[in-house]
Amino acid sequence: MTKLLTFPVKQLTGGLLAWTDQCAAVERFGLNHAAVEGLALEKGLLPARYQRNQHMISVAEQLQLFRSRIAVIGCGGLGGYIIEELARLGVGNIVAIDPDIFEEHNLNRQLLATPHNLGQAKVEAALKRVNEINPSVTVIPVRDFFCTANGRELLSGVTVVVDALDSISSRLELAEICTQMQIPMVHGAIGGWYGHVATQLPGDTTVQSIYRNWVEGKGIEKELGNPAFTPAVVASLQVAEICKIVLGRGELLRHRKLSIDLLEMEIQEISYDGPAKVICFPSCENKPERAAK
Amino acid sequence: MLITVKLFATFRNGRFKVAGQALPPGTDCRTIVLSLGLTEEEIGVVMVNGRHAALDYVLQESDTLSLFPLVGGG
Repeated sequence: MTKLLTFPVKQLTGGLLAWTDQCAAVERFGLNHAAVEGLALEKGLLPARYQRNQHMISVAEQLQLFRSRIAVIGCGGLGGYIIEELARLGVGNIVAIDPDIFEEHNLNRQLLATPHNLGQAKVEAALKRVNEINPSVTVIPVRDFFCTANGRELLSGVTVVVDALDSISSRLELAEICTQMQIPMVHGAIGGWYGHVATQLPGDTTVQSIYRNWVEGKGIEKELGNPAFTPAVVASLQVAEICKIVLGRGELLRHRKLSIDLLEMEIQEISYDGPAKVICFPSCENKPERAAK
Repeated sequence: MLITVKLFATFRNGRFKVAGQALPPGTDCRTIVLSLGLTEEEIGVVMVNGRHAALDYVLQESDTLSLFPLVGGG
């Protein structure tokens, strides 16, 4: 173990652990990339792939991201971009949940869809893509519908849940389970030129309020479909919220929803009532040192 | 009483972005939704003066009512 910890230190260039040295450590000590990245971050060494993060995310915060476990519910339009961004951000564990296979009508917008993987499971494509771009990230693919029956098991040990579903009834089930399990949830939904994002922390019922008028069926996405850019915009806002929840930084979209219109380029903010009781999240304990600025 | 109605996203098609309306006291949001040819099922968000409101909220003088369609895709 001592050898392992001193090995990368000798390889440091400019305080950064280069990818080739990470690979050498993997080979030399028979570990996987995740184990090497975890040990490096614990020693205060930053893998060089994150060097452009380092003035906004400290090494201690990078470790916080590495130790987090994010559940992405739905691996389609929103989910594909969310998984890509989480992997590049350096989130250590991603639980990717989706029952579907890729079909031709997904190709206009779903980042993970290619002509070569039509007919293949979306969660398998997610696993393959993440292994290609950041092998230190562990993906747990779950090819199944998310529902009340399996929800508690699937979300066990999860730091933050991201709602990338395409059905309002499933979103409401997810919100209910997150409320019961006290897990923060970042909600996003899209339709045509339009989308919205909101974050709910344990004790909040914002998502339930957003859909309080809903009776059945789909929204405007049924008529309009979704283009390439709307999922990318909303997914990126969701990942920014996840990053802030994990690090305990910034102002979250809590008790408010951003409603985005990309046709008129307008963003509206809608206020939702505060919770009956205020729950501090994340707790102020064990907060890592922040990067300068 | 005078109120302002703001429509968003697809609700603007064939209607308007912003319009002033003179209404009898006691008018609720649902009445305006129906008068615009919209159905309750199409409604995503009802907002009065920047805050989320229920369809049966009774509007007050100089309120601003905003209506957004239901969005649920991913």
